[in-house]
Amino acid sequence: MDIIFNGKAREIQDGICIQELLDQMQLDCMQVVVEHNNNIIPRQRLAETPLNNGDALEVIHFVGGG
Amino acid sequence: MQIKVNEQDHSFAENASLGSVRDRIKSDADLLIVNGFPASAETVLSNGDQVVLIKRGETPGVEEFDALMTARHTPGVHATVKGATIGIAGVGGLGSAIAIALARTGIGHLIIADFDLVEPSNLNRQQYFIDQIGLPKVYALRDTLARINPHVRVTACHLRLTPENIAEIFGHAQVLVEAFDLADQKVMLIENFAERFPDRPMVTGSGMAGYGPANTVLTQQVARNLYLCGDATTAAAPGTGLMAPRVGVAAHHQANAVLRLLLGEPPDKEGKL
Repeated sequence: MDIIFNGKAREIQDGICIQELLDQMQLDCMQVVVEHNNNIIPRQRLAETPLNNGDALEVIHFVGGG
Repeated sequence: MQIKVNEQDHSFAENASLGSVRDRIKSDADLLIVNGFPASAETVLSNGDQVVLIKRGETPGVEEFDALMTARHTPGVHATVKGATIGIAGVGGLGSAIAIALARTGIGHLIIADFDLVEPSNLNRQQYFIDQIGLPKVYALRDTLARINPHVRVTACHLRLTPENIAEIFGHAQVLVEAFDLADQKVMLIENFAERFPDRPMVTGSGMAGYGPANTVLTQQVARNLYLCGDATTAAAPGTGLMAPRVGVAAHHQANAVLRLLLGEPPDKEGKL
């Protein structure tokens, strides 16, 4: 299926949840904010949030310093 | 003729002396300034002169301070920022500079939260002073803000922010500023505030270490209600330390983003929200 990932079309495996996609992309959920269809999803809900065809996903990676 | 005295317009007779203006407006003033330069009471004023009357050591009252701020701001800005409540999570290099910029802007109420104490190593970039070493940062910063603008209300919370207390501490914040040091803490704050207050904007900082070009520090909208200030890539690491200039650039991007949100303009581009 296809989703919009960080503003660009991307083909992903059918029927996976957000956590599985992050794992496949080797993204550390402790360092990223995930916005799914305009809503920020807390890390503890990433594994229970399925992705559907046409979804918009923004994954914002953070670095330390402040 | 028209003379501006302490930022307010007044009418005086032609050739009025500075002393006569002082006697009418602020008779106890002991420092008289005309067009930026100290002047004596005998000085004859001209139409359009700008006069500042100061009593040394005196704190301007709420109304006088308000008038000064109103005069310095674009019309309409002062009333809006004065009624605003802003939360700042973390008052290190980013948060301390953001708080100072927002206090100078006349934001009515700042909620600042941090568990940390002022350490000597903080002084390379954080807005603290030698005589504040060892104090909780939030209390030291509250004192500094009161020295800048005593009419800004500051709620200082000396504690560690956790998923359990974020909504309570920042329940009244119209905009939340993320100014933590560690990436996982930035994420924790954003997730938890967004979950409770999904429609309130947040302004976060990521990527301001080192001394790379200041021009790579940007303000970007990265989610519906999340604006990111920084280069988004340069992490603090051995060999890439956090330094005052670039941290200051990012901090002031954040402060300006807050101001634009309050005024109904998108932080990352021209236009209206």
